[in-house]
Amino acid sequence: MPVFVLRRLVVSVFILLVSSFLIFFLVANSGDPLGDLRTDTSPNREQKIEHRIEKLHLDQPVPQRYMTWLGGVSKCAVPGLGCDLGQSVRDQDVSVLLSQALSATLQLVTAAIVLSIILGVTVGVVSSLRQYSGFDYTITFTAFLFFSLPVFWVAVLLKQYLAIEANDWYDDPKIGLTSTVVLSLLSGLFWGAILGGKRARRWIVRGTAAVLTAGLLQYLSAVEWFQRPALGPALIALLSFGTAVGLTALLAGLHRRNVLYGCLTTAAVGSVVQFPALNWIEDSTWASWTNVGLLALGAIAVAAVIGYFFGGLDRGPAIRACVLTALFTGAFMVTDILLRTVPSYSQKVNGRILATTGAETPDLNGTFWQNQLDQITHLILPTLAIMLISFATYSRYSRATMLDVMNQDYVRTARAKGLTERTVVVRHAFRNALIPLTTLAAVDLGVIVGGAVITEKVFARRGMGSLFVTALDQVDPNPVMGFYIVTAVSIVVFNMLADIAYAYLDPRIRLS
Amino acid sequence: MPEIETTAAVPSAPADPPQQVEREFTIKAMTQRQLVFRRFFRHRGAMTALVVLGAAVLLAFSSIGVAGIPGWWDASYAEAGQVVSGGPTLDVLPSPIDGDGLQVGAHPFGQDDVGRDYFALTMRGMQRSLLIALLVGLTATVIGVVIGSLAGFFRGKIDAILMRVTDVILTIPLLLTAAVVGRTSDGGAVSLALLLGLIVWTSLARLVRGEFLSLREKEFVEAARALGASSTRIIFRHIVPNTLGTIIVNATLTIASAILLETALSFLGFGVQNPDTSLGKLISDYQTAFQTRPWLFWWPGLFIVLIALTINFIGDGLRDAFDPKQTRVRA
Repeated sequence: MPVFVLRRLVVSVFILLVSSFLIFFLVANSGDPLGDLRTDTSPNREQKIEHRIEKLHLDQPVPQRYMTWLGGVSKCAVPGLGCDLGQSVRDQDVSVLLSQALSATLQLVTAAIVLSIILGVTVGVVSSLRQYSGFDYTITFTAFLFFSLPVFWVAVLLKQYLAIEANDWYDDPKIGLTSTVVLSLLSGLFWGAILGGKRARRWIVRGTAAVLTAGLLQYLSAVEWFQRPALGPALIALLSFGTAVGLTALLAGLHRRNVLYGCLTTAAVGSVVQFPALNWIEDSTWASWTNVGLLALGAIAVAAVIGYFFGGLDRGPAIRACVLTALFTGAFMVTDILLRTVPSYSQKVNGRILATTGAETPDLNGTFWQNQLDQITHLILPTLAIMLISFATYSRYSRATMLDVMNQDYVRTARAKGLTERTVVVRHAFRNALIPLTTLAAVDLGVIVGGAVITEKVFARRGMGSLFVTALDQVDPNPVMGFYIVTAVSIVVFNMLADIAYAYLDPRIRLS
Repeated sequence: MPEIETTAAVPSAPADPPQQVEREFTIKAMTQRQLVFRRFFRHRGAMTALVVLGAAVLLAFSSIGVAGIPGWWDASYAEAGQVVSGGPTLDVLPSPIDGDGLQVGAHPFGQDDVGRDYFALTMRGMQRSLLIALLVGLTATVIGVVIGSLAGFFRGKIDAILMRVTDVILTIPLLLTAAVVGRTSDGGAVSLALLLGLIVWTSLARLVRGEFLSLREKEFVEAARALGASSTRIIFRHIVPNTLGTIIVNATLTIASAILLETALSFLGFGVQNPDTSLGKLISDYQTAFQTRPWLFWWPGLFIVLIALTINFIGDGLRDAFDPKQTRVRA
């Protein structure tokens, strides 16, 4: 293993050296870095040109310039020497530019990638379990459609239609009769397809889901919930207990009573604790990520203890299920607070709550939760745009691997020895289907560091992608090289991690 | 599963008269190719996609003509004209629902700001986009297959060198190359397509190499070698036909992604340049006109989605058809 890592690293360093030289050469030939100054009319034009030539070493031949650049970069590998990635044409340090852009990109893509992994894998697994059903065909078609959408076309459409329509709707948030009927029918079809079963059962599910949705929408509209959205303590408690039951069913099976009781206790504790906890975190002087994080840690600790004592023979699954229950309860509370912040936030931004450009509203001067909400409303549209394609990839991929695994002999053996369907699917099949998915996710994580060039441009966010494109446009060599070195290193490292993870998860693979 | 004797056609013993086997069904021996074709033609999604794509291609090339041959549509994509109303005159909705019944009108897709017929413009863009996609697919497939098969077949030093070259190409950002070439070349569709083809072959090369590595150890290759077949003959007559599935499927998907790639590059200004055009360039040219003339944005986008979607479905059908594990024909 250490030999494998070392060999990979050495090979990678050589590849990076070759490709960085090629790229340096390409950038040097991509245009005239003095282009904007040649048409400059200010009196100190000569000085400016002089300054830039000196700063970018334009008087040297390309190979020598490359060596200078390489000398600066190699200092980054040794801590303490200080990184020298050069300066942009506007005299900014590239390392500073890069760190700003990187944090903006991570903020943008993290939610999108996490959500699309969770949603995509769930949907993919469900559609593989219902292979050749209406749900499967719908998902397949949707995934292909998402694959075939030009990102910037969708992004512009989202901006023009979704955002403006949603904001107009929010002026007077009521759900009309037509929308209620359409939404209820859709929800009926959705739940009918997911739960499946015989024809009669399916119609019952469809009908119930449609009626429930219609009732819920009309009720929310009537009590003006959309003007003052909130979950409320009762709903939080209900959701928390529901999560407890659901997680037990998924992770251990409902017949494991000790796990179920542990989770229900956690949910009960959460439902009681929410009253003081909500007061604390809503208080704007107290609220900060550190304190919320501390609260989450406390919740995890308490849940783990509960799981430990209730678990008995199923201690492991019990602790896992309890901790997840606690985290979900916490997430419900945060959602509640964010929802309750909506009215005051809406006033500050004149009712246009779905933002279309930038990463935050300038001069908002809001409370802690208003600021968080502000960032979230700015993230919704770009996240959707990025999610479309990743969701399609993950759902297709997980469907394929899951189908592959479900047809393996050991799954038949597991069924033959009388294991429950849950155990077969979750324990035997899904765990093994996760192995190739891990690789895909690891490679993906390496790539996203490069930013979502088009999404960033459409929504005017200043991430890695926009840094790269702007620098390309302005024939600014150092930021391009800085972008390259960060993305290339992350791709190399994450590809290696993917291989290591694969070998670790699948003992049949040996690294050599 | 009932036992089915597949060797029924072979006479059991030369002395006996051929036995009449009682059967309710007949078994027909099929070659691999026939099996693949049958699976593909029974794939409903792929067949629908094939018909739709065929219709779209026919529309694009017959309407405004190609290579000097005039089409049946009179308006030219290059000539500016009088802006009549600007909006699309195409209508399919009957009069009760907000329409005038089926009619095409003078400018079915509307006109742009200088009065050019947008239908003709879109068709022209589609021709160019299809050309780009096809060229990218072709170039990338040829390079990928050659590099992958050389690396996989000869292994050793050749493999190491070719794969390191592949790695180097993988690390170079596509946008950078596109920007550099865009500034130095004429910015036409053909040069852009060749450039993209020179970059996107890497994944196919790796796949082909993997297949070659396993196939070259098979007995039939050894047999061919024992008979004195040359390396060229082994590669092209014995191994490449066995990797055809991978190659065809991958080429199809490359074509689909090339259309989207061209769109993205055009949006960033690194794609096709004036006076040449493409569907991606049309959208990015008219995105600022979105508020006043949304149809300028809609039509090219819809055609991009249509082309990419149908090619993806065809690729899926081909993948299923070539998959030897695939026994069940799709319902």
